Order: sequence, then C-alpha cells, then structure tokens
Amino acid sequence: MPKTYERREFLADLAKIPCATLLLGVTGPLQALASEGGDYDPTEHYYAMGIQLDKCIGCGKCVQACKTENDVPEEPFYFRTWVERYIIYADGEVRVDSPEGGIKSFPPLEEEKQILRTFFVPKLCNHCDHPPCVQVCPVGATFKSQDGVVLVDSDYCIGCRYCIQACPYGARYLDPRSKTADKCTFCYHRITKGLLPACVEVCPTQARIFGELGKLSTPLNRMMRTSNIQVLKPHMNTEPKVFYSELDGEVR
Amino acid sequence: MSPEHFAQLESALRQVTGFIYPNEVELHWSILIVIYPYITGLVAGAFILASLAKVFKVKDVQPTYRLALLTALAFLFVAPMPLQAHLGHPERAFEIFLTPNPSSAMAMFGFVYAWYLMLVLLLEIWFEYRADLVRWRHRSRGLKKLFYWLISLGSRDVSPEAVSFDHRAVYAITIVGIPSAFLLHGYVGFIFGSVKANPWWSSVLMPIVFLFSAIVSGISLVLLLYYVTTLMRGKKLDMNCLNALASFLLYVLIVDFSLESLDVIHRLYESEESIGILRELIASKLFISLTIVQILLGTIGPMLLLAVGRFWALPDELKRMAYFIAAIFVQVGIFSTRWNVVIGGQLFSKSLRGLTVYKLEVGGQEGLLTALGLLILPFVILFVLLKLLPPWDEARTDTEPANPQLA
Repeated sequence: MPKTYERREFLADLAKIPCATLLLGVTGPLQALASEGGDYDPTEHYYAMGIQLDKCIGCGKCVQACKTENDVPEEPFYFRTWVERYIIYADGEVRVDSPEGGIKSFPPLEEEKQILRTFFVPKLCNHCDHPPCVQVCPVGATFKSQDGVVLVDSDYCIGCRYCIQACPYGARYLDPRSKTADKCTFCYHRITKGLLPACVEVCPTQARIFGELGKLSTPLNRMMRTSNIQVLKPHMNTEPKVFYSELDGEVR
Repeated sequence: MSPEHFAQLESALRQVTGFIYPNEVELHWSILIVIYPYITGLVAGAFILASLAKVFKVKDVQPTYRLALLTALAFLFVAPMPLQAHLGHPERAFEIFLTPNPSSAMAMFGFVYAWYLMLVLLLEIWFEYRADLVRWRHRSRGLKKLFYWLISLGSRDVSPEAVSFDHRAVYAITIVGIPSAFLLHGYVGFIFGSVKANPWWSSVLMPIVFLFSAIVSGISLVLLLYYVTTLMRGKKLDMNCLNALASFLLYVLIVDFSLESLDVIHRLYESEESIGILRELIASKLFISLTIVQILLGTIGPMLLLAVGRFWALPDELKRMAYFIAAIFVQVGIFSTRWNVVIGGQLFSKSLRGLTVYKLEVGGQEGLLTALGLLILPFVILFVLLKLLPPWDEARTDTEPANPQLA
C-alpha cells in the first residue's frame, strides 16, 4: 500500500522552513563576525593600485576622504594622499602646484603664457616591493605585511624619522599628536574587510583602481593589460605597487 | 600639537620657492642632528691624533696624547645625547638594542658606540692611567681616595713588569682603536651617504669625507685645548708639538679639501637629474654657510695660515697665533660642513622642483639653547676629567711615590 502524505506530516514539514530561515538568519551574521577577526588570510592577497591619469579631474575628493577616514591631522602639512597639478607651457617651462594637497581642488589658471598641456597626478605611498623606509627603520616599526602593504606600528616607532628621509616620494610625515611616522595604509582596516580604500571609493571618475596583483579578470588587471604602465622614479629600484597609466615624463 | 609649531610651518610654507611635496614643509632633522656628526667627528679625530703618538710613535705630539684621549671621552659621553633628545619617543630608544633591524644603518649605532666607548676608549684610558691611579690613591684622602680606588678597580701593582704590560696593552688597544675610530665616524657618514632618495647625501664618498673632516676637527680641537690649558696653567707651550700638530692639520685639511672638491667636480661632471636644484641650493640657501664659511673661512683660510706659520721664517709667537686662529676657523668650518650636509640635504624637495627653509628655534626641545647646551657640556665633562685625571706630565712626576714599596 503506497504511503500517503498525511496532513499532520505536511504541516510539520512546512513549519521547518521558517525555522531554518530563522536559524540561518542568526548564524549568518555570526559567521561574518567570525571571519572579520580571524579568517582574513594575508597570504591570499597582494594589493596594488592603478591610477588612470587621463581620468583625474583634480577635484580633491580623495584627499578629503582620506583625511576623514584615517584621522589625518587637518593642517596642510600632513597628507597620506595628495594631488599635484602640472602645467607645461609652450616654451617648455614646467610649473607644479598642490595647494593644501589639492584638498579644495585647484584655483583656475590665469596664465598669460601659452599652455601646452596640463594634468593632475594623485600621489600616495607606493607600497614599494623593495621599500627603502623599511630598510632603514632601526627598530623594525615599519614593515611590509604579507599582503604587500607597507605599514607602521605606532606603538613601536621611536620617532627617529629616518624613514621619512629615506622615502623618495615624500609619502611620509610625523604625526604631531603621536610623534610617530605615518603614511597611507591602503586603508588597511577597510581592505581586510573586503572594502575599497576611501580614496578609491569616493573618486567620481574612477581614476583610482584598487586591486590585487596576480588576479585575473579584475579592473586593475584590465587596466594594466590595456594601458601603458609607468611607476614613479623607477631608477630608485623601489618597485612601486602604485601603477600609473599615461604618466608624463615631467612627473617626479 | 602646539599652535606655535603650526604657525612656524605656515611661515615656512610661505617661504617655499618652486614646488615641494606637501609633506616636505616640515624639516625633520634639526640642529641636534647637525651636532651629532660634529661631536662624533671630534671624538674620532681626537682619538686618531692620540694614536699618532702611541702607534706611529710621533714623539712631537706626545704632550697631547692623554689630553686627546680625555677629549675623545668627554665628547663621546655627549655624542648620543642629541640623538636621544631628537627622538619623538626617547623612552623607546632602548628598542634599538633589544630588537635592532639588521638592515638599518641606524640600528647599528648603539653597538658601534658601545664598542668604541667600552672596549676602546675606556680600556685604553684605564691602562694608560692605571699606575698613576694607584699612586694618586696613596696620595689622596677621603672621597678622592675612594674614587681612585674604585676606578683603579682595586689594582695596586706598579712594578716595572706591570707597567710594561700596561704599555703593551695600550699599544694593542690603540691598534684596534684606529679602525674602530674609522668605523665610528665612517659609519656616521654612511647613515647619510646611503640614503638613495637624497641626491645631496647619496654618495659613496660620504663616509670618507666624514672621516677626514673628523680628523681635521679632532686635531684642531686638541691643538686649541693644548694651547689654552697650557697657558692657563702658566706653562710653556712646546713649539715642536704645536708645529707637528699644525703640519698634520694642514696635510689632513688638504686631503679633506681634495676629497670634497672631487665630490663637487664629480657631481658637476656627471650632471645628473638633480644637478639643477643642487646648483640652485648652493647658489642661494647655502651660499653663506658653504661657500663663505665652509670653503673660504673654514678651509682655504686655515690652509694658508697654517702653511705660512709652518713654512715661513716667523717668530714663534706669530706662528702660534697663526695656528690658533687657523684651528678656530677650522672648527667653525667643520661645524658648517655638518650643517651643510644635514640641513642642506633637507632644503630641497625630492621632487627636485623647489627649495624650502629651516627656521632655527631658540627655545624648545630642538632649539638653539639645547644645541648650545650640548656643545658646552663636553667641555664641562672635560674640565672634571682634567681635574680627576690630570694628563699633564708634572701630575705624574709629582706623585711618584718616595718609596716604591708603598705601592
């Protein structure tokens, strides 16, 4: 005799659905919480940034976002990222400016002379693969993490400022509050949660592309495949991991 | 975060010419870091002069031997102080000893310093003075007696064999000491010379130039101290000694000047990317401290004075005066050499597009007063050392015990 599906059994099965949903609803966030602390594996990542210079409009939103997100002192002497404007005149003269790091964008050009070309260049720590700052730190307070990000342990830094002298890019400053060296971390607190660095998040033209080296089918990989890629001061042999497309020869 | 600090940065920002990176407005290595190589240079130079007397048996400079050792010691005590005072976190300085980063040139400072202080200078001075300490202990009373007993480490043997062992020990330590003194100051030069990001510093010649300028400064300082202490004690200056010091000073000054000229010629001839901004730096910000003070007043002037004093038939008094003035100018010149390296290397942007300024504060942790204090302190220490461990010949003969059995 074939088994019949009784009304009682059907109702019991039906009740399992909301119970399971409820259970998943509780465990889901718990799992997420657990992965925040312990599941991040730095060996599985190798971060880098691409900057498409033809897309940068010099709005300074990245500078503002960086200062806010990372509690960088607001005075115009401390920057984890900043934007430079290059003005190249027809006679070959080059003028560069970065008023307050470009945080309030740039004043209009009122030039008498004929201009050949102008462009903006966002700058930040290059997270060099061969970082001179890490080499010179006497106590090892600044180090390259396994995921390729150069970080500073502010509880360990003695404030000797040798790293600031050793950085060819002017990317470091001494935080006047902690008296320790500080610099861009690629927003390490965000990227380890799968978020984007603040400067990348707010860029209205997507001039900044955050990603990982060695991962295919990513925006960074596509940019590096399809553009002419340059790094800053390649002769320093620091092997930067901030890659620029359409970088002008005048940029230092 | 002091408002004065920001006001100072504001004013520096207004004086920037061309373009500098925004983080470069603050100049990080102040006058304290100028003093550090100046003082270590004096230590190394004074020691090398002492070794001339001991190892190379230059009899004429013998009267300065002990004075040179004590001078080196007094300045060596002060050498780490400007570094310590400059740190953002002085209380963490010991981390350099506990967890040194082996790839950092700066991390080695503590070890080089400890080696030089403990194993070279203190040991050499101890063996050199041991027999005298024993004699002085017998002659003194109270606290002074206790002091001599303590620093002689209870030693009491002044037999000819023991004294001869002292001499051999001093000789051996000096032989180790010469490369150590070279290491100490060559190393300071390396801290700057190895910074590839800074074209003004990055030079393989930097340790060598530092070394020779150190010897120049050490000899001239001991000459000045010998001159002043001898006159203050109402004694007669040993003209042979002064002539010998002047000769050595002149020769090392010539080598030093040649090396620095080579560095400049090399830079100009290679004419790398940075040459434009370096030319601008020399012609504007460093014109007085480099061209006038370091080269004309601090190098060429003393060279002429020393050459005239040494090779012209002049009365001894005029010769002495020429040496004395030359030695003072040399000190001023070497100080500006350190200034031009340390401060000069931070006055241009690593973008090679602009120049900034250094404003010397008067007060404050890294101000002029701290700097002056640190420059005067070694002389105070030296004064105490001279009282406790008189380097003069008469101090040794006066205290010769009447009965050697006593010892």
